[in-house]
Amino acid sequence: MNKRKLEEAFFKALMLLSTSIVVASLLAVFAVVILKGAPALSLSMLTQTPKGGYYLGKEGGILNAIIGSLYLAIGATALAFLLSLPIALYLNEYAGKSRFASFTRLSLDVLWGIPSIVYGAFAFIIMLYVGARASLLWGIITVTLFVFPIMTRAIDEVMKMSPFKLREASYALGSTRLETALKVMTRQTLPGMLTAILLAFGRGIGDAASVLLTAGYTDSVPRSLFDPVATLPLAVFFQLGTPIPEVQQRAYASGVVLLVLVLLLSIASRLSTRRFMKYVVK
Amino acid sequence: MFKPHISIRRLNVFYRERHVLKDINVDIPEKRITAIIGPSGCGKTTLLKSLNRLTDLVDGVKVSGDVLVDGLNVFDNGADVTDIRKKMGLIAQMPNPLPMSIYDNIAYGPRIHGVKDGKKLDQVVEHCLQAASLWNEVKERLKDPASKLSVGQQQRLCLARALAVQPECLLCDEPTSALDPISAQYIEMQLLTLKKDYTIVFVTHVLRQARRLADYVIFLYLGELIEHGPAETVFTQPSNPRTRAYIEGVFG
Repeated sequence: MNKRKLEEAFFKALMLLSTSIVVASLLAVFAVVILKGAPALSLSMLTQTPKGGYYLGKEGGILNAIIGSLYLAIGATALAFLLSLPIALYLNEYAGKSRFASFTRLSLDVLWGIPSIVYGAFAFIIMLYVGARASLLWGIITVTLFVFPIMTRAIDEVMKMSPFKLREASYALGSTRLETALKVMTRQTLPGMLTAILLAFGRGIGDAASVLLTAGYTDSVPRSLFDPVATLPLAVFFQLGTPIPEVQQRAYASGVVLLVLVLLLSIASRLSTRRFMKYVVK
Repeated sequence: MFKPHISIRRLNVFYRERHVLKDINVDIPEKRITAIIGPSGCGKTTLLKSLNRLTDLVDGVKVSGDVLVDGLNVFDNGADVTDIRKKMGLIAQMPNPLPMSIYDNIAYGPRIHGVKDGKKLDQVVEHCLQAASLWNEVKERLKDPASKLSVGQQQRLCLARALAVQPECLLCDEPTSALDPISAQYIEMQLLTLKKDYTIVFVTHVLRQARRLADYVIFLYLGELIEHGPAETVFTQPSNPRTRAYIEGVFG
C-alpha cells in the first residue's frame, strides 16, 4: 500500500471512531436511564400526580411535571418565535450589512453563551423587585429569554443562506421589503425555521437551572399562568437528591419520559420538514 | 425612426471605488428589441438593472444621472420604486422561481398589486402561461412546486410571471444562456412575438443571437458606451473601430 492510500484509511478510521463515540454515548445514556428507571416505569407514572410529596413520595406519577414541562416549553417556544422571526427578518431584509446588524448578531451570540442559571438569577431579581411569586408565567419568560437568541441566530443563518436570486425575483415584480420578507423568505426558510423551533424547544424543555428559581415546583397541574409549575428536569433533580432508592428510580423514569418526549418531537419534525421542503428552491 | 421609451442621460454607476458605467447617454426605442452587447464585465447587466433600480440591492452602489421612463425619472427621490419595477419585468440569467407552486408563482405579482378575485387570478395565470407557451405542459399540475419544472420550463415560467404584472418593458439578462438549444429557441420566439406589445431590452454576449433578435443595438466596452444605433447599421457598417473588431470577433 502506498502512502496516500494509508493516509486515506487512517483518517477515515479516525472519523469513524469519532462518529461512533457520538452514537455510543447516546445509546449509553439511553441504556443507563432505562435500566435504572425501568422498575419505576408504569402507566401510573404518566397518568397520576405525585402522592406523598415530590421529594419523598414513592406513589403516584409525574403527570404534574410532564404537563408542566410541556406548558412551559410550548409557551416559551411560541413567545421566543414571536421575538425571533421579526429580528431575523429585520436583519436579513432591512438591515443589510450595516454595523447595527453585525452588532445585533454579536449580542445574540453573547446572549446565547450565557448559562441558563444566570438567566434564572436575573429573572429572579426582577421577580423580587416587582414582588412576583414563582409561577408558570415567570418560568415561560425566563425560558424565552434563554432560548430566543439561539432560535434567532438559527433562523438568521437559514435566511442568510437563501439564494439572492429569490429576493431579486420578488423585488423585480414590484414587491416591498415586507412582502418579500413575509411571502417569499418565510416560505423558503420554513424547514429551517422548524429546525430552529425544535432546537429552542429541546433546550427549553431540558433545562433545570433557569426554572429552579422562577417556576417553582408543585405536586399539582397548574390551572393558571400564575400557579407554580413542576418541570421534568426538576423532577429528576429533586427525586435524585433523596436518599430513598425507590424515589431515585423514579428520577430515572422521569428522565426516560423527558428523553422520549424530545425524541418523538425530533422524529415528528423530521417527517414534517420533508413535507415543508416541497416548495423550497435550491 | 424609432420612438424612444426609455431615455438614459449621463448615467454613472460606481460599486464602491469601481466606476462600472461611465456617462451613458442613449435612448431605448419603444416596442422594439434592443440588444446590449459587449464582452464580459463591461457593465451590460448593471445598465439593465439600473433601469428598474435593482442596483439598489447591491451594497455600496452609487448612481448619478437620469433614467427617464415615460418622462419620469426612475432615480428621483420621490419615485415609487415598486411602481417602477412593476413597469419593468425582469427575466434573469438563471431561472429564479419563487418557493411556491406554479400557480402561485404567476399569481404572486398580481396579488401583491391588489388582485384578490380568484376567478380573475385564474384568468391571469392561464393567459400568461399561454403567452409564455407553457400552459399545455403545466395545466394539469398547477399546484406542483415550480422548482420541479425543467430549467427551460422554469425560464418560461419566469417570463409568464413577469407578464402577469402587466409591465411595459421586459428586461432580459442573458435569458437563454443557461438553457438547452430548444428551450432557448422557445424564449427567442416568445420575445419576437412579444415585441409588438412590449419594449424589450436584452443583454447578450452571443452576437448571433443579437443579430437574430435585435432592432437596435447598444455596444458597451469597459463601462463606456462605444456605439449605438439600428441593428443593420451597427452590424454591417459600425462606425467605431472597436465595435468593428468586436463584431468581427477580434476580441470577445
